[in-house]
Amino acid sequence: MTEQTHEIRLNVNGVEHEAAVPARRLLSDALRHDLGLTGTHVGCEHGVCGACTVLVDGQPMRSCLMFAVSAAGHEITTVEGLARPDGELGPVQQAFRECHGLQCGFCTPGFLTTITAGIAENPDPTEDEARDMVAGNLCRCTGYQNIVKAVCRAAELARADEDGAA
Amino acid sequence: MKPAPFDYVRPGSLEEALQALAGHPGAKVLAGGQSLVPLLSMRLAAPAVLVDINDLPDLDHVRVSADGVRIGALARHAAVLRDPDVARVQPLVPLALANVAHATIRNRGTTVGSLVHADAAAEMPMVLRLLDGSLDVAGPGGRRTIPVAELYVGPLESSLHHDEIAVEAFFPALAPHTGVAFEEIARRHGDYAMCGVAAVVTLDGDRVVQARAGYLSVSDVPAVIDLTDALGGEVTEASLAAAADAALEQLEPETDIHATADYRAHLARVLTARVVTAAHENAREARS
Repeated sequence: MTEQTHEIRLNVNGVEHEAAVPARRLLSDALRHDLGLTGTHVGCEHGVCGACTVLVDGQPMRSCLMFAVSAAGHEITTVEGLARPDGELGPVQQAFRECHGLQCGFCTPGFLTTITAGIAENPDPTEDEARDMVAGNLCRCTGYQNIVKAVCRAAELARADEDGAA
Repeated sequence: MKPAPFDYVRPGSLEEALQALAGHPGAKVLAGGQSLVPLLSMRLAAPAVLVDINDLPDLDHVRVSADGVRIGALARHAAVLRDPDVARVQPLVPLALANVAHATIRNRGTTVGSLVHADAAAEMPMVLRLLDGSLDVAGPGGRRTIPVAELYVGPLESSLHHDEIAVEAFFPALAPHTGVAFEEIARRHGDYAMCGVAAVVTLDGDRVVQARAGYLSVSDVPAVIDLTDALGGEVTEASLAAAADAALEQLEPETDIHATADYRAHLARVLTARVVTAAHENAREARS
């Protein structure tokens, strides 16, 4: 028996993509295998580790806990969409580089997307709030001290951007 | 770690959704999917049909009135948590929701979905039981209200029929002269708790006239225990110990890979004292 496929349109990082996927295709797999956007990483595949976190209409969500067919019609931002339009690093990426927020880098895409939404909602987090912001993401290198520093630094850079724009 | 194949339907009306369910006894409803998708991925569930209700109009609502909070089937945890009217009318709802998984999961997961999933380790089924709320479901025969006392029949099992869809939950408002509190212990904040306890304490003057506590992750269905008699009208070190004893006489803590029964009993004892004290304090503040 061949499995029925669904023709879907996915808006990822501002670009419309078309794909034919079975209903059971997880959004994480659709991004990686169907669209070739391998920046989104797949860790536990049951919602615990946070490596696959992407933004859906600006809100961080687990792409391994959504089906691609359910994501159609929403605006998705992956780690590939976080750089500035001129290709320079975005504030969260820049902060991770400055603060040594990544070690092996496997969990980094999930952290970058989570923190991007987190500082949009809370532009000046305390260290505790920064810790809470990333509580749903696992780093097996245990780089949390520097990740928390990176959250605060990213917020600082984003605020400077805002001031510059104003 | 991939789900087995299934047919996917995304109806545009409640009637269509009910029809899709009626034809397939093996169908499951998909709302937020934050509990269902892991079950599918681990192949602990393999429904033939998935009915995605995310396009149903009118189910994405949070309505607050003097008598309580009504939460539609598509209201995400995060939306309920952020609603200041919910916090005002029934503060136990946001207190508990803040402990539901992580922010990322709360952005997608629905409160009603969590209620229907009927996990005794989850926060909201216990809170619905403790507050004596109810769940409205739609089926081929129309709409009916299930009082929470009749909702949970076993581990991960609710009394919904396979052809019914939960459409709205009702959490009654905080009564006058009443305080609430919630606390849980998890290995990582946001993970499933090894034990969680909530309390509702009502005063008449200085006297405690009603005290109830709800327990999650202790036994295989959410448990609620009346502590009024054990407290004997007041909150003191001795009465709190008596209340915890009374609770543990009725609870049957379970051992699993996360905690032994003894450790769960210890946590239940400690948390009972903490939340009853905090709820009592809140009730006194509400009075003044």
